[in-house]
Amino acid sequence: MATLEIHDLHVSVDTDSGPNEILRGVDLTVKQGETHAIMGPNGSGKSTLAYSLAGHPKYTVTGGTVTLDGEDVLEMSVDERARAGVFLAMQYPVEVPGVSVSNFLRTAATATRGEAPKLRTWVKEVKEAMQRLSMDPAFAERNVNEGFSGGEKKRHEILQLELLKPKIAILDETDSGLDVDALRVVSEGVNRVRESGDVGTLLITHYTRILRYIKPDHVHVFAKGRIAESGGPELADKLEAEGYEQYVKGGTTS
Amino acid sequence: MAEAQTNPAGNTAIAVAAESTVATRMSAPPSFDVADFPVPHGREEEWRFTPLARLRGLHDGSAEASGGLKAEISAPEGVTVEAVGRDDARLGRAGKPVDRVAAQAFSSFEKATVVTVPKEAVLQEPIRVGLHGEGGVSYGHTVFELGAFAEAVVVIDHTGDAVRAANVEFVLGDNAKLTVVSVQDWADTAVHCSQHNALVGRDASFKSVVVTFGGDVVRLHPRVSYAGPGGEAELYGLYFTDDGQHQEHRLLVDHDAPHCRSNVAYKGALQGQDAHAVWIGDVLIRKAAEGTDTYELNRNLVLTDGARVDSVPNLEIETGEIQGAGHASATGRFEDEQLFYLMSRGVPADEARRLVVRGFFAELVQQIGLPDLQERLLAKIDEELEASVA
Repeated sequence: MATLEIHDLHVSVDTDSGPNEILRGVDLTVKQGETHAIMGPNGSGKSTLAYSLAGHPKYTVTGGTVTLDGEDVLEMSVDERARAGVFLAMQYPVEVPGVSVSNFLRTAATATRGEAPKLRTWVKEVKEAMQRLSMDPAFAERNVNEGFSGGEKKRHEILQLELLKPKIAILDETDSGLDVDALRVVSEGVNRVRESGDVGTLLITHYTRILRYIKPDHVHVFAKGRIAESGGPELADKLEAEGYEQYVKGGTTS
Repeated sequence: MAEAQTNPAGNTAIAVAAESTVATRMSAPPSFDVADFPVPHGREEEWRFTPLARLRGLHDGSAEASGGLKAEISAPEGVTVEAVGRDDARLGRAGKPVDRVAAQAFSSFEKATVVTVPKEAVLQEPIRVGLHGEGGVSYGHTVFELGAFAEAVVVIDHTGDAVRAANVEFVLGDNAKLTVVSVQDWADTAVHCSQHNALVGRDASFKSVVVTFGGDVVRLHPRVSYAGPGGEAELYGLYFTDDGQHQEHRLLVDHDAPHCRSNVAYKGALQGQDAHAVWIGDVLIRKAAEGTDTYELNRNLVLTDGARVDSVPNLEIETGEIQGAGHASATGRFEDEQLFYLMSRGVPADEARRLVVRGFFAELVQQIGLPDLQERLLAKIDEELEASVA
């Protein structure tokens, strides 16, 4: 069973006035089949955690360890992490002009699976996955994220999640900017992947709204670059009622 | 990507003042005689982007012809190929040399080649011209003439090492259809300056595909004018500019007849230190050219630091009675965020780069609409990418 273990993770970014520490000792273990919601106010470091796990070059790990089934994730390049089974659904997916969605998906599937998927089954697989996310088939011929609406971008991220079948899925504010219908479609996609029992999910969100659709096993409150409190789903209810105020006293880290 | 769009309704691109027109900002009027052009010093409008010192004397009269260029022409039956002298009346009809190097070529070639496709002949096979440089200086002049209703494809391949200046003319009779593919696949030491003049007959169609991968300095002038109404010109270009290469494409579409169309689309990728691409796209719509429909586009993809692009679209309109006129120029970088996005899906860095560049060119290659050529171009792009990644 796949396990992502984050231990005492410290991460900083370079700014004009020198390095700025954003993550200050994060401890978290995510096992396959589990869903962890990470909630926190703006600037608490949630997205930094997501991008650091994926290996974005902007972030420098200054301490701590991250392992996936005992393998050192921090030693891996970005593409190696993805092939090892770490997937990041981005809050702001990037436009890639000239590369069609169908070409992109097939290239990504070939890379993560280690061999090119058989064409006939692949076409069917993509078509069905797109149908489940209520995506127009013409979408496959558009360039990656180019001219996509906010909802289309998020559907496209979840489409990749369904097709690439990672061990650990990090969803960075997948709910932001979605209307209720799109949120439902996207959440259903995430739930289908979760129901397979093969994926450990790290659901990063600012709002409790998405937790009505995706039920977490564990809820963590993120503040000032570390986990301030952990609990079960009931912690989300408390946040819904009381907000983040008690966690941000003394200023935020951003 | 920054985007510049101009329409005839907008006023930014309309320049009717005499001192800023396409014709007058050249430092000398077009001429066949090299003596009519002063030796350029590099600050002239038409030379300001070009590294004169690397032209190996083509611009100042010091490059003496020494041969060393193997030329092969194969043409299907019915096509005539003749070697003629400078005084042959069929030379120079499609346009005069517009700069000193082109005039030098006209003044210095030994024999010109005239390739004639008789009227109504529809060629099933392309006319192929192979120019392989073996290290010398050469000057050339070639005329391709299609009679009325004739149809032909001409493929010109440039390979090897050469210092080469040439004029190439395409004279299309009424209703003729000509596709020209000029591939500059030179060795990295070659210097090549060439002016392509097309004269498009009434209701004729001219399609030019310019593909520049090689050379130390390549400077081409694809130019089109119309001999009658109803003509159509499509000018496509692809270039891949590597370390230290200078690749310059200077286009002019001179709409001097009514109801003609033109479409220009050039795309280039650049990588490496001091890779320099220049694209000048001039479109002139003269007073007589009512009903003109024209669009020009240039896109550049900068893959690494150290590369430079100069992209200058120009549209001059002397009549308001047109169908449409517009241009777009955009230069974008292959961004680290794109690289991160693709890599975060398991795609290795070199493959991510290939994917983006291939996609960038594939759009244009598909638009060209010649299936045989498509395969060849995409294979060539892959080859360039392989070489650059290695």
